[in-house]
Amino acid sequence: MSAAIPDGRPVAADGPIKVWMIQAFLIFNSILMLYPIVIVVLSGFKSTAEIYSTPFSLPASFEPKNLVTIWEQTRFPRYLLNSLIVTVSSVTTILVVGTLAAYALARYRFRGNELIYLFFLSGLMVPLKLAIIPLFIQLTSLGLIDTQLGLILVYTAMGLPSAIFILTGFLRTLPFELEESARIDGASEGRIMWSIMLPLARPAMVIAGIHNAVPIWNDFFFPLVMVQTDRLKTLPQGLTIFMGEYNTEWGVLFAGLTLAALPITIVYMALSRQFISGLTHGAVK
Amino acid sequence: MLQNDLGRKLWIAALLAPALVIVLLFVIVPIASAFLYAFYSWRGLARADFIGLENFRLVLFGEPFGTWTFNALRNNLIVFTSLMVVQNGTAFLIAFVLLKSLPGHRFHQVAIFLPVILSSVIVGAMWKLFLNPFFGLVNQGLIAVGLQSWAQPWLGQPQTALGSIIFVNAWHWVGFPALLFLAGMQRISKDVIDAARLDGAGDMALMRHVIWPLVAPATTVVVILTFIGSMNWFEMPFVMAGIDGTPAGATDVLGLYFYRTAFGSATGGLQDFGRASALAVLMFLVIAIVSVFWTRALRRRELPE
Repeated sequence: MSAAIPDGRPVAADGPIKVWMIQAFLIFNSILMLYPIVIVVLSGFKSTAEIYSTPFSLPASFEPKNLVTIWEQTRFPRYLLNSLIVTVSSVTTILVVGTLAAYALARYRFRGNELIYLFFLSGLMVPLKLAIIPLFIQLTSLGLIDTQLGLILVYTAMGLPSAIFILTGFLRTLPFELEESARIDGASEGRIMWSIMLPLARPAMVIAGIHNAVPIWNDFFFPLVMVQTDRLKTLPQGLTIFMGEYNTEWGVLFAGLTLAALPITIVYMALSRQFISGLTHGAVK
Repeated sequence: MLQNDLGRKLWIAALLAPALVIVLLFVIVPIASAFLYAFYSWRGLARADFIGLENFRLVLFGEPFGTWTFNALRNNLIVFTSLMVVQNGTAFLIAFVLLKSLPGHRFHQVAIFLPVILSSVIVGAMWKLFLNPFFGLVNQGLIAVGLQSWAQPWLGQPQTALGSIIFVNAWHWVGFPALLFLAGMQRISKDVIDAARLDGAGDMALMRHVIWPLVAPATTVVVILTFIGSMNWFEMPFVMAGIDGTPAGATDVLGLYFYRTAFGSATGGLQDFGRASALAVLMFLVIAIVSVFWTRALRRRELPE
């Protein structure tokens, strides 16, 4: 940051005291963000009495008693599996259906192209929660209320506009020469799409996938309204039930919170760059 | 050739059809239906008579519904203004210092974004335990440092309940606007910043006269997203304060009120799809109108590229 002007004097480089103060501010902020999470994890290894008496200290032992209780005595594993099923199915459907549509919009010129693109874009900002009553009635009449398929369809509909927006934007940037030469060689349109264009679109698919996977994995509202059967409930929904059932056993509660946060945190640690660009995508041009 | 052209059309139609059908069935039709439903009276899940604007009248001016509506709306606006100051103000500051790319800035980015990827249910539930009046970390910590008198039932009294949940929401989301601002600041040409530095601009002057105006596109997005988020606020108060906006409606917001009206609650009485639909339509209109006009007004601040 310290660009030098011709006479060699550094331009407005921050002095050491200032740098130190900024670092202190950043470190304080990171502690504020991470410390509560560390406390949750540590408390998950404590007994309830231990949490009450020594909330800030390390647990007496790191025996995962509370985790075992949760795994064996609650439906936690089932909730986890349900969240996985719903998220993976929704994101897969969004990517398959969304890529097909985005491909048509990005690579072919036809009448109505612009109009259809705007149609999908209009779905971007719509708060679908506000349409929960018609959705509820509609899914009930289709026999899809209280099913995972119902959830998957709603999530797919909610995710398609952003996926199409991201994928169309990316597919438009690919050079047209590639498919022209394949076309001259007599390749079918399907072949061109599948073997030439789509492999190139993989980075955009990752972004669109994460952009949708995180909110779907974390969603609480739609399961709350749509799923009543306990064995079909997703993780955030199951967590609220579990928080009520064990509300006096804080050790178990914190272990449950740890367990609920663990899967997505691990993936985030491995792919933090993709997560950040995936979730902030579309908001910044 | 004709057959070829037809084949091309069919191919394009086949690519677009699945997405069009799904969005039409599960986004467009429900939204349109919500508008229609608001003009009818309802008996449970069954639509009864067309009653014109009666549901809207009840929701806005009928008693006690009108009082509830405006109490909730007032809280939504408090949430929005507080988040603009606390969450987005902090985010801007953090983005500005992250822009300096000091050692460790990557780590700080990952740390501040960690809560963003967690479910509101997890974040709300953990902070509800932390804010517990007797055994919660917050009060225990205050007592430990000798501030006994500050310890209080944060979520149990009307003066602090909403503020506490707003704080938790800011903790949860601050990384999002921070990294949006950072991305916006990184788009500012280095030449512009260097020129300002050469003119002797310090950090404050740089921030006010160069970065603030040039980061306007990111600001527009942050303001609009915060507004939409605040008007739709539901999960955090639901997890932390419950469906009734306890204590005494201090944490009631339109999202909770809408949910109670639509699906009933233990204390809030019977469900009424008519009034709930009217509420949804009003919320939808407020969000849409304010977002569109505000985006326009804010875009005027943005310099042409």
